[in-house]
Amino acid sequence: MPRRESPLHSEMLQGTLDMLVLRTLVLGPAHGYTIAQSIEQGSEEVLQIEHGSLYPALHRLENRGWIASFWGTSENNRKAKYYRLTPQGRKQLAAQTSRWQEVVRAIGRILNPAPKTK
Amino acid sequence: MNWPRFFRRNNADADQRRELESYLEHATDELIGRGIKPEAARAAATRKLGNAMQLCEEVYRMNTISLIEETARNVRFSLRTLRKNPAFTAAAIFTMAIGIGANTAVFSVVDGVLLKPLAYREPARLVSISHVAPGLAGVTAETGLHLSASMYFTYSEQNRSFEEMGIWTPSQVSVNGARDPEQVLAIAVSPGALEALGVKPELGRWFSGDDQKPSAAPTILLTHGYWQQRFGGDASVIGRKLMVDSLPRQVIGIMPKSFRMADVPAAIITPLQLDRTRTTLAGFYLNSVGRLKPGVSIEQAQADIARLIPIWMRSWGSIPGSGAGDARAIQVYESWRISPHLQPLRDTIVGNVGDVLWVVMGTLGAVMLIVCANVANLLLVHVEGRRRELAVRAALGAGRGRLVRELLAESAVLVSAGAALGLGLAMAGIGLLQWIAPANLPRLNEIAVDGRAALFTSAITAISALLLGLIPAWRYGGRLSLREGGRTASAGPEQQRARNALVVVQVSLALVLLIGSGLMIRTFQKMRNVDPGFTEARQLQTVRLAIPQALVQDNERVARMEQDIRGRLAAIPGVAEAGFADAVPMDGGHLNWDGIFAEGQPVPPGAYPPARVFRWIAPGFFQSMGTRLLAGRDYTWGDLYGSTKRVILSENLARDFWGSAAAAIGKRVRVTPYSPWFEVIGVAEDVRITGVHEKAPETVYWRTYGPLPWFENFRNVVREPVFVIRSPRAGTQALAEDLRKAIWSANGNLAIADILTMEQIAGRSMARTSFTLVMLAIAGAMALLLGVIGIYGVVAYTVAQRRKEVGIRLALGADPAAVKGMFLRQGLILSAFGCGVGIVGAMALSRLMASLLFGVKPLDPVTYAVMPAVLLAAAAVACYLPARRAAAVDPVETLRAE
Repeated sequence: MPRRESPLHSEMLQGTLDMLVLRTLVLGPAHGYTIAQSIEQGSEEVLQIEHGSLYPALHRLENRGWIASFWGTSENNRKAKYYRLTPQGRKQLAAQTSRWQEVVRAIGRILNPAPKTK
Repeated sequence: MNWPRFFRRNNADADQRRELESYLEHATDELIGRGIKPEAARAAATRKLGNAMQLCEEVYRMNTISLIEETARNVRFSLRTLRKNPAFTAAAIFTMAIGIGANTAVFSVVDGVLLKPLAYREPARLVSISHVAPGLAGVTAETGLHLSASMYFTYSEQNRSFEEMGIWTPSQVSVNGARDPEQVLAIAVSPGALEALGVKPELGRWFSGDDQKPSAAPTILLTHGYWQQRFGGDASVIGRKLMVDSLPRQVIGIMPKSFRMADVPAAIITPLQLDRTRTTLAGFYLNSVGRLKPGVSIEQAQADIARLIPIWMRSWGSIPGSGAGDARAIQVYESWRISPHLQPLRDTIVGNVGDVLWVVMGTLGAVMLIVCANVANLLLVHVEGRRRELAVRAALGAGRGRLVRELLAESAVLVSAGAALGLGLAMAGIGLLQWIAPANLPRLNEIAVDGRAALFTSAITAISALLLGLIPAWRYGGRLSLREGGRTASAGPEQQRARNALVVVQVSLALVLLIGSGLMIRTFQKMRNVDPGFTEARQLQTVRLAIPQALVQDNERVARMEQDIRGRLAAIPGVAEAGFADAVPMDGGHLNWDGIFAEGQPVPPGAYPPARVFRWIAPGFFQSMGTRLLAGRDYTWGDLYGSTKRVILSENLARDFWGSAAAAIGKRVRVTPYSPWFEVIGVAEDVRITGVHEKAPETVYWRTYGPLPWFENFRNVVREPVFVIRSPRAGTQALAEDLRKAIWSANGNLAIADILTMEQIAGRSMARTSFTLVMLAIAGAMALLLGVIGIYGVVAYTVAQRRKEVGIRLALGADPAAVKGMFLRQGLILSAFGCGVGIVGAMALSRLMASLLFGVKPLDPVTYAVMPAVLLAAAAVACYLPARRAAAVDPVETLRAE
């Protein structure tokens, strides 16, 4: 039975999803639904997440100690599991962001080479 | 992976479900907020989330040590499946057990004998020293020219390569005391021998320099085994005296249990007590052992000893006390062209058993392959039966990897069970081997099913499990669909091809082993048909005596005593003949040899005549053995006590000198150009003294009492005669009792040993062949059985698969004989193909066996014709049974079942 794969499920983008999750949590603790919503809205709906794939990612980040979770009550008065960034996660985000920007710059240079000067 | 979570993973799972529920609530809330109806909103939220169950599983898996978990689950599942198929399971496990058991047992033997280092400290530095002497025909590299005492003195005092070196020699000694006198094996050692091995006594002390002085009070060490057996492990035996060869000797120590001097199972150890002043050049009968200095190679040590040989020649004389430098002797020894031959002590101990063991190991490796092929076939059938189940599960979403892992787990369970059982079989087998204690298997006490053997078993188990699991996994793992797994499908042509290939492999390997054992059977036959130079070995009883100097001083009195005992033995009821000599043929003992010169046949200067075996016999010995005299006459008792110089030669030696046995009578021979002539009075038929499979050596028979061939004025007597008694009662306990009584009636202090029949002695010389034969025959029989079962399985399975088709054919009027022939043909084509491959394989491999064969060529046409015929006949029977069942299918019944 062939398994349907969402775009963010593939290996290459897995790390990217982690980074986006961490970035979202910089603004403060949030629960899963909010995180998914803010990634989609923040990317102006370019990045479509199969929301389900978020949960394994959250679980993985928690396992690594980059985020921590607690049960709380949400804005519309429902029980929800909140995630917050740990200091370790904050460091990780900084590292991943700068690495990402390097990669983007490098790819940019290849795609739009600057005119060569003698 | 996270250990705390692993143990709380069920809580975590509930947590995860709550979290997803919370997500759904939030998403639904929002959608309702956008004005969607609650049910539709819930459904849309669920859609957005995806498969919640799968999500939970994914997260759950992150919390588990998935390999362990899954393996445990797979194993549990396999156990259930296997329990449901007891016949298949039992067959597979039992087949594996035999294969693994046999391989583990043989590995233990190979490991104990060939691979494990010797049980001494830093065994790699231990070497034995011998010589090659190309100028002295008759001394081969295998027998070698050993050390003389003078060589030992020169080498040990002047070498630069050895930390320690010493010499030793085994001998029979008699021990008297509270019990009946007995003969036991003793080893006499020089200083340096025990030190080189580095084994200290577990009680007491080593021989000191003083103990080794010729004038010292006699001392002995006991080996652990003899100490236990004779003294029950009583520590107070140290300091006590033991009568050895009628001399009181003080026990000064006990050697530890693991100690063996090389591989000699000695009871006691005595100091050699060499007398420097009486040491001469000759007497090359001493074994040696040396411990190389660290960093010195065997080649360097060899060069070192080569340097010492000319020094040795010039440092010693030929006659006790004659002083150094005997020009004539130097000339002789130079013509021998002596050079040292050093080899690792282990090679000396293991000898030529290595060939046999590797052949046996290879053989059983082939059996293991057949076993695997057989079990693989069983597994294929078994999986074939589960195709439908597997197809359904694949359709329901079981991943390929998961099914493959499951099949692997199943084969692992089967093979491990087989291995556990096999390990038990191996231990039983090794126990049996040690109980039988084959005489020429060295290092027997070091053989055990130990950790290394267990490691070996695990390795072959793992490899077999992987192979076995991958074959069905590869066949089925990827290509399962419900359609294919349906009721009507029979095995596709590919599956059938895989099974056919396995059968061909089995048959061809089985044929290789059958041809191997066939060659050994032919070798054995040839050996049985050899005329050894004596008759009816079964009726020849032998017994060895020792008459030490301390018991009877005078040589002539010893000779008279021996004649008297011979008379007493001949008078025992049922005894037809009795005689004695210094040794009997094939006893594996040390051979005396020297060159001999014939009158009128000068040897070119600088050359030396070939070495001949020297034996000492009494009148009537040939008569008792059944050795025919081809010309002349036997010794008489008058010859024995007289001083006329007479000698008897073997036929091949007589031919060598004078062309025929008859021509030798009256001719004269001597042992050196400076010794007296001896007149040839008789020529005896050739005797295979060194073993059935080796050609009879040219032999000179001197008499047990008479002038020494080297020194006219010196009368010598054999003090350790072996008596040979021809009687139909040979081998019985009653005769052995009568022998003891008769001997002790002559003198109650005589020690008796080696009460054996000639058949037993000759059997020991054939032990290597019979061991190989038995091992190959067992392996061949196993291979044949497994191969036949394999063919049977394939044909029977095809018959079962095509039952419906056969039913329809028969209903349409097909001839049952034709149906039978169809299946018979299938099996026979496979077998014939296997035989073809097997013959090619056997032709390649039987060359490796060449050194084990006797009188048979590796490409023996008889074996190559008979063994394939046997295999094909067995295969035909195996095909016929299922084919007949096919022909007997009732068409009505099959069609009704449709």
